[in-house]
Amino acid sequence: MKIIVAIKQVPERDAQIQIAANGKWIDEDDLTYAINEPDAYALEEALQFKEKNGGEVIVLCAGPERVTSTLRDALAKGADRAIHIEADDLAQRDTLGVAELLAVAVKAESPDLILTGLQSDDLGLGQTGVVLAELLGIPHATIIMQVEKTDTGLRVKRELEDGWFQHVDMPLPALLTIQSGGNKLRYATLMGIKKAKSKETNTIAAADSSEAAALKLARVYLPEKQKKTVMLTGTPEQIAAQLVEKLKFEVRVI
Amino acid sequence: MSGVLVVLEQRAGNWNRMSFEALAAGQQLAAALGISCSAAVVGSGIAALGTELASKRLDKVFLVEHELLGEYTSDGYVTTLEQLVKQAAPNYVIFPHTYQVRDFAPALATRFRRVLISDVVAIHAEGDGTPVFVRQLLQGKLNADYKQTAEAPAFISIQAGTFRADTVVEGAAQIETINPAIEASQIRNKPGERFRESASTVDLTVAPVIVSVGRGIGEADNIPMIEELAAALGAELAASRPICDNGWLPMERQVGSSGQTVAPKLYLAVGISGAIQHLVGMKGSKAVIAINKDENAPIFEVADFGVVGDLFEIVPALTKAVLAAKS
Ligand SMILES: Cc1cc2nc3c(=O)[nH]c(=O)nc-3n(C[C@H](O)[C@H](O)[C@H](O)COP(=O)(O)OP(=O)(O)OC[C@H]3O[C@@H](n4cnc5c(N)ncnc54)[C@H](O)[C@@H]3O)c2cc1C
Repeated sequence: MKIIVAIKQVPERDAQIQIAANGKWIDEDDLTYAINEPDAYALEEALQFKEKNGGEVIVLCAGPERVTSTLRDALAKGADRAIHIEADDLAQRDTLGVAELLAVAVKAESPDLILTGLQSDDLGLGQTGVVLAELLGIPHATIIMQVEKTDTGLRVKRELEDGWFQHVDMPLPALLTIQSGGNKLRYATLMGIKKAKSKETNTIAAADSSEAAALKLARVYLPEKQKKTVMLTGTPEQIAAQLVEKLKFEVRVI
Repeated sequence: MSGVLVVLEQRAGNWNRMSFEALAAGQQLAAALGISCSAAVVGSGIAALGTELASKRLDKVFLVEHELLGEYTSDGYVTTLEQLVKQAAPNYVIFPHTYQVRDFAPALATRFRRVLISDVVAIHAEGDGTPVFVRQLLQGKLNADYKQTAEAPAFISIQAGTFRADTVVEGAAQIETINPAIEASQIRNKPGERFRESASTVDLTVAPVIVSVGRGIGEADNIPMIEELAAALGAELAASRPICDNGWLPMERQVGSSGQTVAPKLYLAVGISGAIQHLVGMKGSKAVIAINKDENAPIFEVADFGVVGDLFEIVPALTKAVLAAKS
């Protein structure tokens, strides 16, 4: 089984976010980046699948030079090789444009299985995987918690709303978008980090976007508050005393 | 048609509760732009749902029926809706942002070389200007205005709770039955029965007071500190998803779109950022108190009282003060 895991590099979860001067994106200068969390679970699922069923795990990432650090981390965790689609203009491409970049690289590899996270922590569109599957003409399933190999293809456990689940049987090749939390993430070992140095990263230049983007991100800004929040300040003891007052006389639960 | 087409969601003849929120969104967008609004429902044996829709102010109700649509599959829905959108030729296709819509609508939009504007939290539209669709970025830390630059159709999904189902305008509409051309061989996935993991023994929905803990707690060993606060308040303990995923608290204590939906008198959120999937499960609470070290955490947008600070200092002090007040 040849598995491709499409991963994305996003601002770290605790990063302090500043809106860029042009008001159209965030200031990227002092940001620290990490692998998109659901993509980390997609990689983990792929590595476990390979351990059980054999095969090869290839990590794929589109983005500027900085994303190679995320690819290296994935190699250190156990991916066999990496493909970097070098592109500095991802912000100008919409989901379809990015999925088209990925599709070119994926087609050249003819994998049996493609995994990706169910959405990105930055844009949160939750579509790249599904669009990629459609471009490749293969079946997909989303919000997947578990993947099992069967005689005819795969059986996956799909999350539904309100705590419900469903198994879905599907043929290969297929694309799955993986939900966070289904497995325990591994850490890179010292040995893994050493080995990663000799693993291959294939860098390919992104083709120019063939068509204008269908969507435009016109402006980013801080959300307006839905409620008037009363902020309590002081020492922890002073804050606790104020909260108890509120709990007694306003919320009336003491 | 050149109007708005709302695609409602049903399963086994029952509406998804977000369907009518999407319908309200569609009616309001159509009214703002001065164009017509129609609705579609897809499935098998759903005539009664079509009749119900025909009592709303709509141009048309498309009753899209086929025996292969009895059970949801992405292939069945994409094939069907591609035909419907081509036939009805709407400018805007609106969906509720459900897990099912996440599964098929991006592929449907791709068939038209468009990109779904997913999880929309507000629409600004008037006259003949291009409407602005607002989405959240970075798990709710920022908002972003999106515009479609391509020609119609535009595909949009609406986040839970953005529009109110009770604002749907009543009226009368004609029903048009559509039998799409689908072959069994086009459906590649075979879905199984729906199931739940384990019978739930905790019913958070009836708890008057809930203390809920998130990833700010750092590690499992710190959970007892939150349990003590909950005990002092006589509250049920709940959690965000990562806490349950890690096994620090059982799954049945999870609040949010994939957990329970609660509306207590008080929801005290400790170290929870306030991602939308969490907020949909608790924003009906009468009062919300949030404790978080990040002043820009989205949980403060729905909080009545907020404390910006380190939970490891605030929570023990609060537990002590609550116990003192009660004795
Ligand atoms: C399809 C889908 C379904 C989902 N369903 C659910 C669901 O049902 N329920 C749910 O909760 N999530 C759900 N999620 C996940 C959701 O998107 C978020 O990832 C999750 O809610 C984040 O949990 P959190 O707030 O505990 O963690 P984080 O987002 O990591 O937030 C931790 C917070 O703690 C604060 N903090 C850290 N240290 C301290 C300290 N010492 N003192 C005070 N504050 C501190 C930080 O500032 C931060 O705001 C779902 C996601 C998807 C895609």
